[in-house]
Amino acid sequence: MSAVFDEKIHATLADTKLQLAIYTATGRLIEKRRKAITPDLCPDYQELRSHANDVKRHTIEHLDYYLEEFEAKVTAHGGTVVFCKDGEEVADFVLSLAKERRAQLIVKSKSMTTEEVDLNERLEHHQLEAVETDLGEYLIQLAHERPYHIVAPALHKTREQVADLLSAKLGVPREIIIEKQTMIARAVLREKFLAADIGISGANFLVADSGAVVLVENEGNARLTTSAPKIHIAIAGIEKLIPRAQDLAVFLKLLGRSATGQPLTVYTSFLSGPRRGGEIDGPDEFYVVLLDNGRTKVLADREKRESLYCIRCGACLNHCPVYRKIGGHSFPWVYSGPIGAILTPQFLGVNHEPGLPFASSLCGACAEVCPVKIDIPKILLELRSEVKKAEEREGSSRLERLAFRMWAWTMRHPRIYEMAGMAAASLAPSSDGRGWVKSLPSAMSPPPVRAWLSQRDLPPPPPKSFRQMWRER
Amino acid sequence: MSREHVLHKVRTALARSTGQPIEEPPPVRLRVPVVDLEDRIKSFCERVEALAGKAHRATSDSDARAYVAGVLAGRSAVASNAPILRESGVAALDGVVTGITDRLELRSLCENAACGITAADYALADTGSLVMLASPQEARMISLLPPMHIAIVARDRLLTGLDELLSILPYPAEQTSSMVLITGPSRTADIEQILVRGVHGPGEIHVVVI
Amino acid sequence: MAIRVSLFVTCIVDQLFPKVGLAVVDVLERLGFQVDFPERQTCCGQPAFNSGYREESRQVARHFLDVFADADYIVVPSGSCTSMVSHHFADIFESEPENLERARRLAPKVFEFSRFLLEVAGVEDVGARLNEVVTYHDSCHALRELQIKDGPRRLLANVRGLQVREMDAADECCGFGGTFSVKFAEVSGGMARAKIDSILRTGASAVVSVDSSCLMQLQGALSRAGLPVRTMHLAEVLASR
Repeated sequence: MSAVFDEKIHATLADTKLQLAIYTATGRLIEKRRKAITPDLCPDYQELRSHANDVKRHTIEHLDYYLEEFEAKVTAHGGTVVFCKDGEEVADFVLSLAKERRAQLIVKSKSMTTEEVDLNERLEHHQLEAVETDLGEYLIQLAHERPYHIVAPALHKTREQVADLLSAKLGVPREIIIEKQTMIARAVLREKFLAADIGISGANFLVADSGAVVLVENEGNARLTTSAPKIHIAIAGIEKLIPRAQDLAVFLKLLGRSATGQPLTVYTSFLSGPRRGGEIDGPDEFYVVLLDNGRTKVLADREKRESLYCIRCGACLNHCPVYRKIGGHSFPWVYSGPIGAILTPQFLGVNHEPGLPFASSLCGACAEVCPVKIDIPKILLELRSEVKKAEEREGSSRLERLAFRMWAWTMRHPRIYEMAGMAAASLAPSSDGRGWVKSLPSAMSPPPVRAWLSQRDLPPPPPKSFRQMWRER
Repeated sequence: MSREHVLHKVRTALARSTGQPIEEPPPVRLRVPVVDLEDRIKSFCERVEALAGKAHRATSDSDARAYVAGVLAGRSAVASNAPILRESGVAALDGVVTGITDRLELRSLCENAACGITAADYALADTGSLVMLASPQEARMISLLPPMHIAIVARDRLLTGLDELLSILPYPAEQTSSMVLITGPSRTADIEQILVRGVHGPGEIHVVVI
Repeated sequence: MAIRVSLFVTCIVDQLFPKVGLAVVDVLERLGFQVDFPERQTCCGQPAFNSGYREESRQVARHFLDVFADADYIVVPSGSCTSMVSHHFADIFESEPENLERARRLAPKVFEFSRFLLEVAGVEDVGARLNEVVTYHDSCHALRELQIKDGPRRLLANVRGLQVREMDAADECCGFGGTFSVKFAEVSGGMARAKIDSILRTGASAVVSVDSSCLMQLQGALSRAGLPVRTMHLAEVLASR
């Protein structure tokens, strides 16, 4: 892995307060999900997962068709679809629209896709104020940080840290009570909602047969973002499509339960265009930006295409023992956890962080909880193979490759294997047969052995191997 | 901007050609249970209360008016132009302003009102949700800006759940630019997972089933 | 005539925990099976496969197919090695139709030890006795790739004198993960220590699992922490008398 990755992991592990915050927060989310999918509350949970996987597979396999259907419907309802190949095009579109409309203030509801393309940074460069309105996102925006978790962006922040942040950035007296901190943010953001020229949202789902954007939230900021300003821009990856409004029966059931243990979040908005025919309020203009930014690359890979089924529930993060230790900021990109581990190499190339696919014990907890049944471990294994192929091409990791080649050769030659085993056993320090080995002289500790010993003891080699004992029966 | 570019990449990735027909999608999965009205009302009210909302079964229009007046306790309210609010007399209660059709005027009133009063097109019994479609009679802001929201729902609009809603309303986009499911008061747990209500949307919800 | 069972003892048991292998043989022979041990066996190829070295794992997997070509049943005291053969050989031999076919025909004959006892031998009680308080750790591959969860618990429930206490987070990964344990040693160690906390809360004096790699990870961490809790493979418990 890169030194940066190693260092971030180490720093997170060394921070006991942070460890507790991550562990507690994810633990709560695990428990909430578990309570929401018990057999009496959700008897058809496994069936729903299979069905969702089927629908996602079908949609992704026919994505061009659904993109065009979606576009036609949006247009028919008075909206405009804008296809963008990358983040720069997204920013260009927003900036030119803002310029045309003389917009100065933008409010944003939570959107990982806009984080993916650093939209806020790009907008700020052009003197446009873009304010995050989801409480967690607002806090991390103030702190100039990346989201810590797909669903709970400020998961890592304690109330003390929030108190410091608010007083430093807003100039308000330091307030430690969480309810009051929330009300401070509410007051600030309320003004922004009502003064904003443009509201930018993401989309949890794009519904092809309706030309609709579905937004799922608990606070109400997405509703305000998409209802108060005169212009609404929804920015979403092309993979967010589902075929029919009626498919929401399955997807909404899975999303809320998997993410926060809620059968439905407080607000579920189904938005299909600017206000129409006498409606009193709502935006006058409605845009849906459909973003590629590397999704077509993932799409082209049959084996890993299912990575695009993700509905961004965050369950894989919560259940991943590795995420629960290293946290969201150890990951090199906006998407963290198991889904981040498979998306990052596919979007940014395996060389971006070659250690990433290996930062997993392949325990499979992620695949077990994924509502759309993405086989994350399988994809991690594929990516590992790709990393090694890339290393071979570049001529790096020579020693490791040689070691595995020798290992494979040994394993194909049983007698060599046996002799190697005996040789290794004879080199090990003699023990009374019961004590585990706490340390070894450095001459006898190649890096893997040293790494093992840094955390735990080694088993002492037995006097005889199984096959020796078998022969002596 | 890059329409052809992106669509072309999608088709190439999938080895599909322009206009190529699609296979049948997996059939829609909707499971609508049969639940009688009384049970639906009970379940709905229980769910609303479990979400820290208040549910009231009105025995008559005057009972509904009395309940709303009690909740308002002299504070100001903006009511939507939904017929049921007029017919029940709720819209004519003291302190309630209604009949607004101008967006800016409505917003200004909502900003300052203590309460927003609306109808609901449907309610979902299994989740305790209100279903609201934006229309000339129902503006978005009334259920969103004021810190309290009171909704009047006709009992025959109480559906079993989302599956039933989508069965009878398969194309919400044909009816409205905005359909919202409201399930309880606004909330967040973004700081230390501690629950706080009324973050942006109303922190207090009352549903009157009429 | 006794049913012939071929033992794939796994390289880790062969070299580091041979008593586990002996325990497997003991239990099977007591149940009337004829155990053979194809001596040319070495490894299933998992270390290379998990490390991204598919070609190397393929070479070792081919050797496995040769060694066990004549087996009727193959019993494996490891969930991860079993799933390597029964699930992942298909990935390894994707582009080798002949070997893919051999792997497909072999897969139904490969059994993790506890599953063999329950489904082929048809027993839940092997007549074992062990006076001890133990807790059971669900090995990830066994649990999630092979759906092995209740089986070992049923077998343990019938061991006379044995008290089994469930730990919270029994199904959480111990942190071994093959080369993960050394590539991400700090994280791996942290995961092991979290697991040990769970174990200690049960008051058990031993942890039982169907995978020696998990047990090696846990015992290594227990030993480092100076804790007296020991680890036992399910086979060792079932061979106790």
